[in-house]
Amino acid sequence: MNSINSLSQGFAVQADVVRADTVQVVQEASGLFSWTWLLIALPLVGAAVLLLGGRRLDRTGHLIGSAAAIGSFVVAVALFIALLGESGGERSYLVPLWEWFNAGGYEVRVDLLLDQLSMAFVLLITGVGSLIHIYSIGYMEHDERRRRFFGYLNLFVASMLLLVLAADYLILFIGWEGVGLASYLLIGFWQHKPSAAVAAKKAFVVNRVGDMGMVLAIASMLVVFGSSSFEVVFAGAGSGVTTGWLNAIGLLLLLAACGKSAQFPLQSWLLDAMEGPTPVSALIHAATMVTAGVYLVVRSAAIYDLAPEARTAVVVIGAITLLMGAIIGCAKDDIKKALAGSTMSQIGYMMLAAGLGPAGYAFAIFHLITHGFFKANLFLGAGSVMHGMNDEVDMRRFGALRAAMPVTFATFALGYLAIIGLPPFAGFFSKDKIIEAAFAENILIGICALLGAGITAFYMTRVMLLTFFTSKRWADDAHPHESPRVMTWPLIGLGALSVAGGAGLLYIGGGIVDWLEPVTGEEHHDLPLPLALLIALTLTTVVAGVALAWFMYQRRPVPAVAPAGNPLVTAARRDLYGDAVNEAVLMRPGQYLTRSLVYVESRGVDGAVLGAANAVGGLSSRWRRWQTGFVRSYALTMLAGAGLVVIAMLLVRLP
Amino acid sequence: MSLLATVAAQVAETSSGSTGEQVLFWIIAPLAVIGALGLVTSRKAVHGALFLAVTMVGLAILYIALEAPFLGVVQIVVYTGAIMMLFLFVIMLVGVDASDSRVETIRGQRAAAAVAVVGVVILLASVAGRAALPDPAGTADAAPEGNVYGIADLLFGRYVWAFEVVAAVLITAAVGAMVLTHRERISRRLSQRELAEKRFREGDPRQAAGLPPPGVYARHNAVDTPALLPDGTPAESSVSQVLVARGATRPPEEFAADIDQIGGDAGIDEAGPTSDDAPPGGEPPGSDARGVAGPSGPASAGTDEDAGDNDQPGSGDGGAAR
Amino acid sequence: MNPTSYLVLATLLFTIGAAGVLLRRNALVAFMSVELMLNAANLAFVTFARMHGNLDGQIVAFFVMVIAAAEVVVGLAIIVMIFRTRRSASVDDASLLKL
Repeated sequence: MNSINSLSQGFAVQADVVRADTVQVVQEASGLFSWTWLLIALPLVGAAVLLLGGRRLDRTGHLIGSAAAIGSFVVAVALFIALLGESGGERSYLVPLWEWFNAGGYEVRVDLLLDQLSMAFVLLITGVGSLIHIYSIGYMEHDERRRRFFGYLNLFVASMLLLVLAADYLILFIGWEGVGLASYLLIGFWQHKPSAAVAAKKAFVVNRVGDMGMVLAIASMLVVFGSSSFEVVFAGAGSGVTTGWLNAIGLLLLLAACGKSAQFPLQSWLLDAMEGPTPVSALIHAATMVTAGVYLVVRSAAIYDLAPEARTAVVVIGAITLLMGAIIGCAKDDIKKALAGSTMSQIGYMMLAAGLGPAGYAFAIFHLITHGFFKANLFLGAGSVMHGMNDEVDMRRFGALRAAMPVTFATFALGYLAIIGLPPFAGFFSKDKIIEAAFAENILIGICALLGAGITAFYMTRVMLLTFFTSKRWADDAHPHESPRVMTWPLIGLGALSVAGGAGLLYIGGGIVDWLEPVTGEEHHDLPLPLALLIALTLTTVVAGVALAWFMYQRRPVPAVAPAGNPLVTAARRDLYGDAVNEAVLMRPGQYLTRSLVYVESRGVDGAVLGAANAVGGLSSRWRRWQTGFVRSYALTMLAGAGLVVIAMLLVRLP
Repeated sequence: MSLLATVAAQVAETSSGSTGEQVLFWIIAPLAVIGALGLVTSRKAVHGALFLAVTMVGLAILYIALEAPFLGVVQIVVYTGAIMMLFLFVIMLVGVDASDSRVETIRGQRAAAAVAVVGVVILLASVAGRAALPDPAGTADAAPEGNVYGIADLLFGRYVWAFEVVAAVLITAAVGAMVLTHRERISRRLSQRELAEKRFREGDPRQAAGLPPPGVYARHNAVDTPALLPDGTPAESSVSQVLVARGATRPPEEFAADIDQIGGDAGIDEAGPTSDDAPPGGEPPGSDARGVAGPSGPASAGTDEDAGDNDQPGSGDGGAAR
Repeated sequence: MNPTSYLVLATLLFTIGAAGVLLRRNALVAFMSVELMLNAANLAFVTFARMHGNLDGQIVAFFVMVIAAAEVVVGLAIIVMIFRTRRSASVDDASLLKL
């Protein structure tokens, strides 16, 4: 219990102003909470069974996979209800499992930490994950490797749950790498397509760059705190560690978060990751995995609270990515890539909020959850459209689909209204809170967030109009039809959440801000301008974006081929030259470096080694002739040697 | 030899540290060196062995002069008596007549060997010559009861362990020599009956009675002289293939000259040997040979002996037939 | 008589033996040369025994003779065996100790 007390002390220290009244007490798990491991075990067993079971499970594999995800969701709901039964400051449980290893003074225990923050994530992951599993039954129906697909999905769910439940950065890192692996496998699921294989590789490599930040951050924690467990690190962060170390750890964690969450400058992989099946894009590359970076920042609140420079860096990265993603989203004709740009942008909002400190942590998580709802909804809707349009992704070949697929249109529209932030849809509440907090922190950041909201409205309206309105621009053999029920029901569920999720989470039972407050703390800054004016300003910006899109795309015919645009459009179509910069700054010098190293190696090192070997070989081939094989030559040598020995003895003995 | 040894011993006894020993040394030492040089320079191994024997006997005498009579005797008995005999046996086995070519095949070996040998000689001799050696103390004090008693004392006293080990070495060497030279018989030895049947079944039927024996008109060592067929031509098969391979047979011209001479001696004209239609084989030439060779009886007797020595199976049969 | 004469004689015999080993191709002659070298060494031993006035040198010479006998037995067996398989007693024919 000592450790638990110290953890609570640590929290008390870091939340000196904010949480003086409510001290979070971490309790040893008992009763229902000791079954928390079941959350991870169910999908993990599902993955093992599906991946090891072989062909005999081809007929039932999708059911087993979905059952594992739904079972995990049921456990999550049960735990959530049990957690609601506790009082506000006692909702944090440590579930000790076993000691992983104990090397000298460094001990790593496999413990799970179930508190308000991880509970929110667990519900999002298992809930949205279950819906996407069900949707995938229909979407992947004609794929002969569907069993394997569900195995990978289960593996992802298990890894993601481990990531959010871990009570030690090293255990978190296992889940972190696990989701990276699952992401790689699923992006490259259609590995027969070279583009998919390359995209998977790219995602993997870029993520490794972020992982180096994670590894270095954990190593720094070991140096500074002597442990990587949350309780020791958070307790140690508040007591006598220099701000320099905390800033360093914070920046390294930010690098890790950038890799996983596709933030600037490691954003380039997410757009290519759309090569994966659409449910994967919805689950991994929109709703859950890419938000792991936000989770990491919020979970490391104790460090960031005391590292102002690192926090500023988080805000700046978030703002840059917000605008970049939004601009890219405006120029893409591929519906999935437009949504991927939107995802980058929305995660930028979350990072921005997370970087604001206790004033923004809760809003970051809030927006993360609502975004999980409506972005999964939008992606699944896009998948449904593609399903009906022979896997066409170019929005210039859609148009006027609202009659052909009404359910998809309705749910997509709900998601659209949620993301652009019109009241009373989910996105309004969460995004508006972030914009408020940003204005409260810094007017410039606030303006960036506001501008992002306007651009979001523009590009989402564009997607909506090009897909479901305007005129028919279908391919000749396209026969758009509504998707089967197994696909539409998850859409309906997510659509409902897109409508009600925001207000529900904010106002029912004290709301998510109060729910998270023991973990994240709470802080209020005074707004520089009245709240009502700010909301009005936001809504005006959004309406302006919608109107601009309306005039540009509904009032004019849409050309089948993208017209040449101004330099900004060209740049946005090319992902704002992210790949070009990577290529020029990293790839070409890297290739040059490796080539020159190869040259040095082959000429210099190999030359020396081979030269020495050749010299020895040449000399020995000469000296070999001394070995005639004739006994008499050897006898001669022996006699000469004996004579030399005698001479040597004489020289030594005689004066 | 033992006589010589005793003489030398007496000389050594009577002239300790005197001119007598010096005289002996200056007689024996050149002999020993000549023997050694003879060993190195003689082309035939058997000559080398004899030269070596001379050196060893000389050394035995010197041992006796050096107050080591026991070693001197052992030198003669063991070295000259046993080891040199062993060498001679092997030389006989390998071939007495084989003589070495004097052409050096390894390039530079001769010059390098000369340099090394001369260097070693100069080195060792200068060391021996420059060393200020005391006059010999003599072994009389060390072996008051005599040399043999003294050696026995040491051999079975202080050096008994080495003595036993050396005995083991000798036993091992004897066993090793047997193992090395032993050849395992893989198949059963054929009986005489089987040999005869085999000869009839596989061999030339004309030789069923055995090959003709050599040396019919021989005047000396008849093993190298082929028998004559009824028409006067030499029977190649009557001479051992080993001799043919070595080139030790007599050339035909020489052989024909012999015949002429014998014919002349016996007063028989050129057409002496009657050319019957008798089949070529051992028997008729044999009887012919006996008739013709009659006048030179002793040679004929020698022929018989030599034929008996020859290990050719045919010749043995021929002799028995006679 | 001073031992130097005997030692010089031993040296001469030894080097002549060495020359025989180096120059003669016939294995038997080479072998006999080795025996000559051993005898030269024996002569030196006996000379020194007399010089020092004890019998240890003679004992060593005796052991040398015994070992030489053993060596001759084995060596000749080897020569016979080689002669059987190669029909040659030349040491240069057994020159397989090279590449």
